[in-house]
Amino acid sequence: MGPAIGLVPFLAFIGVFLLVPTVTVAVGAFQDESGAFSTEKVSALFEETALRALRQSLLLSTFSAALGAVLGAVLAYLILAAPPSSLVRRLATAVCGVLAQFGGVTLAFAWIATLGFGGLLTDLLADLFGLDATGSGWLYELPGLVLVYTYFQIPLMVIVFLPALEGLRPQWREAAVGLGANTWQYWTKVAVPLLRPAFLGSALLLFANAFAAYATAAALVSQGAPITPLLIRSALSSEIILGQANFAYALALQMVVVVAVVMGLYAWLLRRTSRWLG
Amino acid sequence: MSGALPGTGTGRRVWNVTRGLLLLCFGVFFALPMLALLDFSTKVPGTEERTGEAWSQLLRDPAMTDAITTSLLLAGLTVVGMLVLLVPTMVWVRLRVPRASRLVEFLCLLPLTIPALVIVVGIKNVYAWVNYLIGDSALTLTFLYVVLVLPYAYRALDSALSSIDTTTLAEAARSLGASWFTVIVRVVLPNIWPGVVNAAFISVALVLGEFTVASLLNYDTLPVVIVLLGKSDAPLSMAAALGSIIFAALLLLVMSVLDRRRSTRR
Repeated sequence: MGPAIGLVPFLAFIGVFLLVPTVTVAVGAFQDESGAFSTEKVSALFEETALRALRQSLLLSTFSAALGAVLGAVLAYLILAAPPSSLVRRLATAVCGVLAQFGGVTLAFAWIATLGFGGLLTDLLADLFGLDATGSGWLYELPGLVLVYTYFQIPLMVIVFLPALEGLRPQWREAAVGLGANTWQYWTKVAVPLLRPAFLGSALLLFANAFAAYATAAALVSQGAPITPLLIRSALSSEIILGQANFAYALALQMVVVVAVVMGLYAWLLRRTSRWLG
Repeated sequence: MSGALPGTGTGRRVWNVTRGLLLLCFGVFFALPMLALLDFSTKVPGTEERTGEAWSQLLRDPAMTDAITTSLLLAGLTVVGMLVLLVPTMVWVRLRVPRASRLVEFLCLLPLTIPALVIVVGIKNVYAWVNYLIGDSALTLTFLYVVLVLPYAYRALDSALSSIDTTTLAEAARSLGASWFTVIVRVVLPNIWPGVVNAAFISVALVLGEFTVASLLNYDTLPVVIVLLGKSDAPLSMAAALGSIIFAALLLLVMSVLDRRRSTRR
């Protein structure tokens, strides 16, 4: 034992507040209400309701991650042109940090104030073009969720992709130019291949981020469960009636598995990146 | 790097204009929803008039002031809890059990892979005990919030610890007769202070915006009350939402300015 005993408080805390809940979810997914082994809840994951929510969740994560990754990479490149210590750069990273991590509730309300009923842009579009921007309530369905998620995915992409872009040494460009390459050749033959693992890795991180996000969707969609996190909410709140607690476990397990696979790929890509850009 | 490398004059100018335009587009996209929040929180429904009513309600509405107090207390408690848990552990690992460093890192980064939503789903039994032993208060959220801020706090503290020679400092202090408590609190802590400040700021920002855990465990923190009031008093909700994000942005900006001071001093 010896000095390792100093780690006991930390390990105990993590055990109780992180590992116990995770194990509870993993075990609970394979139990029925009486606690006996059962695959009923897990097989319910393959029924219509859960599958539809999963499909919507995957679509939302894919679209918002793709949009966020591409636009975020462009924005990161634009920000990089400013010197590292400049106020623009500081301000941009601080704002990105807030938008990416501060949380969904504010962002959901911000978009309701923008494009909801009586919103700023809604009124503007109605006055200028006679458009009905709220339309069929699209803001509260998948397209709206993609828009609002992209709003926090772009800043997250800036934060995670900026270090990789910074690692791109000017000397490599000089070397390429010195060997007779033009700008197009430099980008397609040198920069893009170097950045590809970092870009894909960041996109995966964005995907996992969207897939596990709850607050934005919960604040935006008050009823119904179009995506998996909201289906977990309804399973949790209706557990008293239908014994749905174990279904929430199964859904949560599904979420961990998806996120873990994506994060595993991310870690693998990250290792490949750090060989060159570190 | 970037497009600033040797190029023809016109190419350079075209690039500069394009860059400006693109930045403007991004700026509008990000600023518009925030302006909409400001607009919504200050307008009198159905008229063109402006009012600061919703903003002054922030400090008068009892539900709102309670929620703000709860969230600020939670932020403070989380910072203290995070430091008490992490600093001694990380220092101890570096000094005495370096072979556990991969394990501690893995555990600290684990909350990135296990979403908050999943932890809440599985926390029922643990919280039954917490409520039984400590009582049923929103402040018990501190335990879960310490877990949620672990990855970010770990990174901030780890980079600060890597930048100093912890072993030499600790051996010097120990050989002069300092206790382990003195080593950690009076020798190591002042030397990793920038990392501590970073970790604290990130934790505060995260806790003030946290909704998932609080709402599913039915505790009235600021974001939860913002959503609750959204149906009855939308302008007040919008004002609180904008106010809290501005507060978080200022925190992070102050942090980055402090960071710069330090790096220029070096």
